[in-house]
Amino acid sequence: MSGAGPSQGANRAPPGGSAAAKPHAWGDRASAIARDTLAARAPFDRSLLLVAPATAFMLLLFIYPFLYGLILSFEPAEGGALANYRKFFTTDNLWPTIWTTLRLALPATLINVGVALPIAYKMRVKSRWQRWITTLLVVPITLGTVLIAEGMLTYFGPKGWLAQFLQLLHAYDGSIRLTHNYWGVLISLVISGFPFAFLLILSYVTGIDPVLARAASTLGADAKAQFRHIYLPLLAPGLAMCFCLAFVQAFSVFPSAVLLGAPAGPTRVISIAAYEAAFEQYDYSLASAIAMIMGFVQLIIVAVVLWLRNWFYKGPVTGGKG
Amino acid sequence: MKHDFSELRLDRVTRRFAASGGHVFNALSDMTLTIRRGEFIALLGPSGCGKSTALNCIAGLLPLSGGTIKLDDTRIDTLPPERRGFGMVFQNYALFPHMSVAKNIGFGLRMRGVASSAIAPRVANALKLVQLTGQEHKLPGQLSGGQQQRVAIARAIVIEPPLILMDEPLSNLDAKLRLETRSEIRRIHRELGRATIYVTHDQDEALSLADRIVVMKDGVVQQIATPQQVYAEPANLHVARFMGYRNVIDLAVIGERDGRVALEGPDFRLSGTRKLPLAGARAAVAIRPEEITIAGASDGDNVIAGRVDNVEYGGRDSLVDVVTAGGTRLHVRAGTHLQPGANVFVHVPAERVLVYPAEA
Repeated sequence: MSGAGPSQGANRAPPGGSAAAKPHAWGDRASAIARDTLAARAPFDRSLLLVAPATAFMLLLFIYPFLYGLILSFEPAEGGALANYRKFFTTDNLWPTIWTTLRLALPATLINVGVALPIAYKMRVKSRWQRWITTLLVVPITLGTVLIAEGMLTYFGPKGWLAQFLQLLHAYDGSIRLTHNYWGVLISLVISGFPFAFLLILSYVTGIDPVLARAASTLGADAKAQFRHIYLPLLAPGLAMCFCLAFVQAFSVFPSAVLLGAPAGPTRVISIAAYEAAFEQYDYSLASAIAMIMGFVQLIIVAVVLWLRNWFYKGPVTGGKG
Repeated sequence: MKHDFSELRLDRVTRRFAASGGHVFNALSDMTLTIRRGEFIALLGPSGCGKSTALNCIAGLLPLSGGTIKLDDTRIDTLPPERRGFGMVFQNYALFPHMSVAKNIGFGLRMRGVASSAIAPRVANALKLVQLTGQEHKLPGQLSGGQQQRVAIARAIVIEPPLILMDEPLSNLDAKLRLETRSEIRRIHRELGRATIYVTHDQDEALSLADRIVVMKDGVVQQIATPQQVYAEPANLHVARFMGYRNVIDLAVIGERDGRVALEGPDFRLSGTRKLPLAGARAAVAIRPEEITIAGASDGDNVIAGRVDNVEYGGRDSLVDVVTAGGTRLHVRAGTHLQPGANVFVHVPAERVLVYPAEA
């Protein structure tokens, strides 16, 4: 964390993990030497003070509010310490919000990561089109969720351009309902979340030394086998990371669930429940409890994914020196 | 994919790249070369000479712009690399970092659908050949550079390819390891007898390993010959320079008979051996520093007077610069006793003064 000293920094494994770092015993020895001389020369390294603002920032804006909320959630207006949590899991319009949110966030994350992967994989080779396509795919990241919602209402609405266009072509004459329901929110999550997943995966893909794929091809691996045996295993830890980040983002969906969804029913996500508790019932204690539950669910999913990540190689993704 | 062949024929193989400003740049021009079964060929040249381009064309990693490559009667230049089945060793090893040593070596066999029960013994054999038995469960990142390169060699040979391609495999190793791994490569080649094409910019590597050397410059083959020939009889000035003929001097031709050429410098005369037909009044001579000796006396043919200008100590001997009164500088490999400023006479036998047409 931010309080780590320079010697600890030197001791830290290279990016990617412990598997590759362990064998280099000399690395440990070198850092031990560095630690000794640093300790001997300067009992207190004043450059450490540089992390003070960041530490204060973390304490004031993250740790303190978090602890405040955590304690608040155990101090309900009435009942025992766990009354809020009991209430959440026994009230019919509260506990199902977990599933409602998961039902949106998990598919949205899977779509984002699943679609971004093949596109990023194709984009790994520099070409004339690469820059244009990348730019085009990344543009939505600059738009806020509210702007996206505005656009979607105009485009996907019952009288929107898409419906008019399809009816003009007589391609589909039935009514098209892609807003104010589950699909509206899902599409919006994909639009706003995709560029993020794409950029992240693109950086992972281009970080893999292309000579590995060439080596595989000389050993008889066709394009499919190269992807399966070389790229996919090397990308897996990155994909897991990307999944976690995209999921956390999608799980805390709020504006699009209100603007594009049906906030009273099918898209009553957990953040709406927390919002209502806080600003309609003014029950900050219950709202804090809901926020804690929300964080806990995210934590479980992230923990599961990161645990799965352990099954994969996490070291550097180059084939040797060079 | 075949496991053996009698001839690999490159016929006018050409590879062009688009350069900036709409120009086309010939990385490899009309390379014609026949490689026989079991032969060790070195592609030798400075960086940018097209040797790696040639290797990648043979491997199938680069499409040709012209020409054909045939393995006996089968045309292979249209096949993707995975269907050519040549083993390749890369400069930066290109080991799969997420696979153990055994998995890396067995990868080619796995791609060929060999049963895993049959893969294990073959991997063990390959490990024994590169002397890495016992390391099979390590990841590449846990091995030293030399060990990684040996894994890469094992990975390339375990598939029993008809042809092994090596792209500067030793250039990332330190001097001692380079010599050891070089002997190793030579030994493995002797044991397996597989045709090998070896790309290098190091003339010592090429001389010590190859049966035949292909010297290249600017994408054009300059000479294809045995190490002895390339060393003693370079085909032209480019090859001579690259093979360690450090003295290349432009001189006036004053006579020519039976291949023996008489030449004149500002303050000395030399007679040399003609290597290429001469045109015009000037010619360039190429002389190795180690073929010039310090002479005891001033008389005799091919004796030049000069003053020692610079001495680079080299252990067994020194590299001495001798400058004549007229300003011609000669690099001489001489004993370690010479001091800068001393006046000396140097001698070189006429048959070791190679005469080529002067450069434009």
